[in-house]
Amino acid sequence: MNATPCIIKLSHISFAYPGSDVDVLNNLDLTLCQGEKIGLIAPNGSGKTTLFHTIMGLSQPRQGTIELLGKPMRTPKDFEAIRTQIGLLFQDADDQLFCPTVLDDVAFGPLNLGFSKEEAKNTALETIHELGLSGIRDSVTHRLSGGQKRLVALAAVLAMRPKALLLDEPTAGLDMDVKETLINILNSLDISMMIISHEFDFIHEVTHKIYSMENGKILTDEEVHVHQHEHVHRHGRHPHKH
Amino acid sequence: MLDESLAYKVSAVHRLEPRARIIASMFLSFGTALSHRFDILGLYFIVSAALVFTASLSWHEVWGRLKPLLWFVVMIWIFLPLSFEGEIIWQYGWVKVSFAGVRLCMEITLKSVTILLVFTALVATMTVATIGYGLHRLNFPEKLTFLLLMTYRYIYVIRDEYHRLLRAARFRGFVPKTNLHSYRTFAYLAGMLFVRASFRAQRVYRAMVCRGFRGRFRTLDVYRLNGIDYLFIILCTLCAGILLLFEYYRIFL
Repeated sequence: MNATPCIIKLSHISFAYPGSDVDVLNNLDLTLCQGEKIGLIAPNGSGKTTLFHTIMGLSQPRQGTIELLGKPMRTPKDFEAIRTQIGLLFQDADDQLFCPTVLDDVAFGPLNLGFSKEEAKNTALETIHELGLSGIRDSVTHRLSGGQKRLVALAAVLAMRPKALLLDEPTAGLDMDVKETLINILNSLDISMMIISHEFDFIHEVTHKIYSMENGKILTDEEVHVHQHEHVHRHGRHPHKH
Repeated sequence: MLDESLAYKVSAVHRLEPRARIIASMFLSFGTALSHRFDILGLYFIVSAALVFTASLSWHEVWGRLKPLLWFVVMIWIFLPLSFEGEIIWQYGWVKVSFAGVRLCMEITLKSVTILLVFTALVATMTVATIGYGLHRLNFPEKLTFLLLMTYRYIYVIRDEYHRLLRAARFRGFVPKTNLHSYRTFAYLAGMLFVRASFRAQRVYRAMVCRGFRGRFRTLDVYRLNGIDYLFIILCTLCAGILLLFEYYRIFL
């Protein structure tokens, strides 16, 4: 019997920033399998972004093994070959959009993958169309609104047709409308993804499992009991019992 | 300047391919810079004015571009005629104005205004992205082209960061004055800006690496040279070439 193939498999990963004794990631294990959609809710500074960067080979762990698409990642060269198949959406879209126009930016990845100019342009146009961004195709990226920048950055990642997506706080600073658009887009995608967010509602809408992080380790579904409730009553801000 | 207002117009010049405009502006400006005769410089001036007219730029916009240059020219007019040796055409006490000095001033003024007009008409009418594209296609060193594009792209981000920091300082009662506290605050701001810019650079690079960047830039072909572009390049090159020959062989019109 064949188990569902794993796209990302981390075992016993530990990571500490240079000059620090504290392990941001501490003997961490994590798997993301085909078709899985995992949400990651955890406090600031718990190492979520570091985790993503470690998966992509941007940060070198102190110990542990990383397996991407079934292949062990040992050297930076191993990561180079596999990296383009996993799309990482950065927290700040300005970090990601550096080409002059939206079309240029979305085509940047496909061109790096070795597509011909014509193919790259077509792939980019297709992705731009799928995300409903055709209207701003030739716009200059730095003049876009925050929401548009985020969607263009997502288009840039999706244009590479990745096998998995890692989204680092994709909803930060977005208004309700863009958030709604983002939820629809993510739900229409048939690829594995892992999403870092602080917003429970959003995570709940787009993922099947919710994990958390504590002391540099992942806490899985069974250990996490995330819940949120809002209520209004006349006691206002004064201490009260339920 | 940063808003690229001249680039978003419609004219015959705007329809030209970026490469054609860069090549033409290069030949015309070199030709102008290498000429010394006023009749030839006059012709270059007429060509540059014609280009500005064809690019349908208003005099107001062109004047805005010329103003900074004119300050520089005024400085030259103050110092050169007085300090240059040669035939004296006007004297008041120890103040002597030389003919050679005045001639040189006129030459510099005419040349610089002409070159600036050529660049305003042909180069300033492109967005920085388009210029970058043109340079790239002309096999201009990749790193320099990229430096130009990245600088332009992130200068906004860094400007916003600077304003954010300054605003945060103002909200806490900071009023710039001529004292050590203000200087120190500005030094902190500048330092913080450098730190943030370098972190930003690192993140941008990482994002590029994640999208398969391995040190080589590839761009989409957005523009193509057509007959009119070739004609324009040939005309401008011929114009500069013939006028240079006139100058070199002392042919007079």
